[in-house]
Amino acid sequence: MIWQQLQSIAGSYPLALRGLGMTVMLSLISLVLGTLIGFGLGILRTGGNRLISGAIGAWVDLIRGTPFLVQIFLIFFILPELGIELDAFTAGIIALTNLAACFICEIVVAGIRSVPTGQVEAALASGLSRWQRMRQVVLPQAMRIVLPPLVGQYVLLIKDSSVVSAIGLTDLTRVGWLVVQRVPNGLLVFFLVGLGYFIVCYPLIMLARRLEQRMGAAHGEVQL
Amino acid sequence: MLENFSFRTIVEYLPLFGQGLVTTVWLSVLSFAGALAVGIGLAAMNLQRGRLFRIPAKAYIDAVRATPLLAQLYFLYFGLPRLGIILPELVVGILALSLNSGAYVAEIIRAGILSIPRGQVEAGVASGMTYVQRMRLVILPQAFKVTIPPLLGQAIVLVKDSALLSLIAVAELTRAGQLLASDRFMPAEGFITIAAFYLLLYYGLKGLAALSGRWLGLAGART
Repeated sequence: MIWQQLQSIAGSYPLALRGLGMTVMLSLISLVLGTLIGFGLGILRTGGNRLISGAIGAWVDLIRGTPFLVQIFLIFFILPELGIELDAFTAGIIALTNLAACFICEIVVAGIRSVPTGQVEAALASGLSRWQRMRQVVLPQAMRIVLPPLVGQYVLLIKDSSVVSAIGLTDLTRVGWLVVQRVPNGLLVFFLVGLGYFIVCYPLIMLARRLEQRMGAAHGEVQL
Repeated sequence: MLENFSFRTIVEYLPLFGQGLVTTVWLSVLSFAGALAVGIGLAAMNLQRGRLFRIPAKAYIDAVRATPLLAQLYFLYFGLPRLGIILPELVVGILALSLNSGAYVAEIIRAGILSIPRGQVEAGVASGMTYVQRMRLVILPQAFKVTIPPLLGQAIVLVKDSALLSLIAVAELTRAGQLLASDRFMPAEGFITIAAFYLLLYYGLKGLAALSGRWLGLAGART
């Protein structure tokens, strides 16, 4: 019985590969976009402009305060009402990118604020421009604080990508859901689904832990 | 555009939203209690010196942290009947949330206990305290303070995660929004309203976290 089920599951491996591919692609695209936008938002938020920084803060709070599932539904069902046609994949990318950008913004803000003001003042006294100060003085030091939670955030992003199955995208979780309709062994099917995620996420979790230890150890040293 | 946004329909569906909100709140409270129980158990196992307890606890925590909640939820939802265990969706949902959040709670508690300087333990030993006395009188009271803010953070995550239970047809807040969206083809009214309710819960818990932080700060003795 279990052997038959295993065979039946093995038979759907092209579907499983497609699902894994979809999960990886969704995560990767929104990871890259989210990181870029998140850094941009974080730098803007710590900049002097109160209006911009307040607006970003309010938006981040809205996103942190609502379930991701609700955000996906809002984007997927309401943007079309505003005249913006989009397919499930685009909606998923928008939702995931937005989520990642908001959380990464917070991480970057914490990192930038961790850099002692004396550093910024010294850079100012050396006649560095705003951009130079950010790029050559603040960000390199902030990275020590930013990097471990950033990698942790990537893990969260990959896991959150499973929620887009709710709008019908055939990602790894959705594949499990489809297969379990034919092979009535939820334990086995979702164990395998979980294994797929584990293989992608666990190395990242290990990396985050290593970074945390290393960055923690580097604390207090003069050079990065 | 959204010029047809119908507040009247929202008011009409308000009892449904109210029920959903209440369900979300109490199932979150139950799940958080479950998560605390699971987390304390796992943390206790994880802090043992012997591998017999430590390795399974670590494996469990890693497995939960490296897989999505939705897959865990489906694992229980489709898997438990296979073992002959037939439970209502609501119970499966609470179980999944407890088991999931429990892994994160365990890490928070462990970090809290490990944050107590070794000197404190040594002083306890030197004073002739037993292991239980050291835990009860020295470590836990201090660890308790450190863990409250991250635990409230985890509670916020749990409330948001509970939205996923709508996908196994638990009649909570998100489900109420889905019903309005599909009954009347009014996704804007449905989902914007539930988003507002979730924000209410979020700001409530966030305020509580800030308050507890201040209270703990005032209580002093931060290590």
